[in-house]
Amino acid sequence: MSGCPPGLQVRCLKLAPRNTLKIVVTVKQVPDPNVPGHLESDNTLARDGEVTLDSGDESGIEIALRIKELGEGEVVLLSMGPAGARDAIRKGLSMGADRGILITDPNLAGADALLTARALAAAVAIEQPDLVVCATESYDGSSGMVPPMLAELLGWPQLTFAKSLEIADQIARVHRQTDTGYQVVEAPMPVVVTVTAAIAEPRYASLRGIMAARNKEVKQFNLTELGVDPTGPVESIDRVELAPPRSPGEIMVENGTAADRIVALLRGAKVV
Amino acid sequence: MAASIWVYADQVDGRPAPIALEVLTKAREMGEVDAVALGPGAAAAGPELGRHGAATVYADEGSDYREFLAEPATEALAQLVALHGPDLMLFGATNDSRDVAGRLAARLGVGVIANAVDIDAGPDGFQITVPYFGGTQLARVRGLKSPIIVLVRPKSFDASPSGGSASVKVMNLNVNPGSRRARITQRVEAASEKVSLESARVVVSGGRGMGVAENFTLLDQLADQLGGAVGASRAVVDAGWVPYSTQVGQTGQTVRPAVYIACGISGAMQHTVGMKHSKLIIAINKDADAPIMKLADLGVVGDALEILPKLIAAVAAARG
Ligand SMILES: Cc1cc2nc3c(=O)[nH]c(=O)nc-3n(C[C@H](O)[C@H](O)[C@H](O)COP(=O)(O)OP(=O)(O)OC[C@H]3O[C@@H](n4cnc5c(N)ncnc54)[C@H](O)[C@@H]3O)c2cc1C
Ligand SMILES: Nc1ncnc2c1ncn2[C@@H]1O[C@H](COP(=O)(O)O)[C@@H](O)[C@H]1O
Repeated sequence: MSGCPPGLQVRCLKLAPRNTLKIVVTVKQVPDPNVPGHLESDNTLARDGEVTLDSGDESGIEIALRIKELGEGEVVLLSMGPAGARDAIRKGLSMGADRGILITDPNLAGADALLTARALAAAVAIEQPDLVVCATESYDGSSGMVPPMLAELLGWPQLTFAKSLEIADQIARVHRQTDTGYQVVEAPMPVVVTVTAAIAEPRYASLRGIMAARNKEVKQFNLTELGVDPTGPVESIDRVELAPPRSPGEIMVENGTAADRIVALLRGAKVV
Repeated sequence: MAASIWVYADQVDGRPAPIALEVLTKAREMGEVDAVALGPGAAAAGPELGRHGAATVYADEGSDYREFLAEPATEALAQLVALHGPDLMLFGATNDSRDVAGRLAARLGVGVIANAVDIDAGPDGFQITVPYFGGTQLARVRGLKSPIIVLVRPKSFDASPSGGSASVKVMNLNVNPGSRRARITQRVEAASEKVSLESARVVVSGGRGMGVAENFTLLDQLADQLGGAVGASRAVVDAGWVPYSTQVGQTGQTVRPAVYIACGISGAMQHTVGMKHSKLIIAINKDADAPIMKLADLGVVGDALEILPKLIAAVAAARG
């Protein structure tokens, strides 16, 4: 395929024309945002607390389901994580996705974005979807680096920061959020799309959905099965320290004087 | 030998992005700094990049960089890296640069250190500061593979000119036409705000505690009086009350105004990373235990919908 960068571990794929769409949604299990997190003694993110499906990925699942519901297709959830990440996949299956794939391997503990992307790319190469949907950034990684790395390893284009997505004639078109408005961007499929929460309000799983999810297939792979070599780390953490605290401020309960107190501060800051 | 540091400078029509100048200002303390500017106007951006510390500016005016997302720029940078082998590559954490940094790292087989807020050059290499858990903890991170690619958060450094001048090398790189895939077919600008959020001296922000979208007119009024701009939490942007351009935080704008007034915002860490370096923070919240109260210089426990009209009247009176 033209435009395929040389020297990549993952084959570039050419799609057979197809009427039905196959969409892979990457989903990540993350610490529950409502429970404060911490780092382990070896400076990897602690994974022992409450965990949940990343809410950003729920938006990805929702838009994938809506696209599927417009015609025919299949929505496959793909996650890399510990065995417990199966729960995150299950949650997405109960929303209506068709099946799941879990990549789990002891060598992936504490994996960085590049190794994560390599593992995901290997599974995507097996599935050969038309579209991979990711969230713009994960709650805990927050680097947003996995999706562009994934696109590069696959040799696919990427459409990022999408607040809308439509598909027509093997072309994906998004409204891409910018600081001052948006851009209309389109690319030929297959393509990696990253979506923002604005794209679609995720549905709740129905009781029927939850029951149905129990019988849906979740395949599991390790790195050897995917043919991925775990490489050494690309970065190391020297140390972690508490940020210098801000000096405590003044707290007042409104008793009719708050407005005057605020104006005094605004005067002090020379903005009034 | 001094380390070779590159700054990837986002630019539009010859105007460098503010963050490019911020990053250059920091970089020039640490080694030899060159910049890469791509797209129409790249060469014209050279002198300003030079004034902020770039010795050489590699400029390619090709229109593909402007018309297509990420891939042409990735190709260009990969070619330049192969030729010159920089030790450290700094990108501002803008949407465009994030796309490019991720692809480039995957192509080169290196990592990306994202969300950086500081960089130190020591005898044994660069140490990059990355906040965790809403900035309550700071990790010092080291890249183990060269080039080390770093995404720097906006407003981590103050831009100031060094008075230097750059030698601008205009190039015509041979970028693979196969990289012309994600095409920008239209650019839509939201109705321009009166004062830009990024540069406003006062930001008046609202969150879910404002109740309904219509109540944002109170924030508009106060911002107008103070010559400021209106900001928002993601909760209300997602709810469609206000446009994304007003969102402050991790996935929105980073602001550093003289005064930040947070009304009905709980202060989730994804919000506070975008405003915690404001000089004076005033919070109005019903809940004395909301996290924003710990960050505020003045925390008013009360109903924003009752206090704001009084505040608007008091500011009007103060201005005479
Ligand atoms: C990956 C990721 C990225 C994110 N990026 C961002 C980002 O860029 N920016 C951002 O803001 N958020 C972001 N978030 C969301 C963030 O976690 C919070 O959910 C969000 O900031 C909450 O918005 P809020 O404070 O308006 O709402 P809430 O958390 O619901 O808080 C409402 C507050 O209003 C107070 N209140 C209620 N009524 C009144 C009243 N009448 N008067 C005064 N106070 C009142 C309540 O006490 C409460 O504290 C992100 C989340 C994720 C997972
Ligand atoms: N371990 C993972 N398993 C599945 N998807 C992932 C994983 N890590 C990241 N992603 C996807 O990439 C997006 C961005 O993640 P990040 O690069 O960590 O900010 C996430 O929202 C997911 O959609």
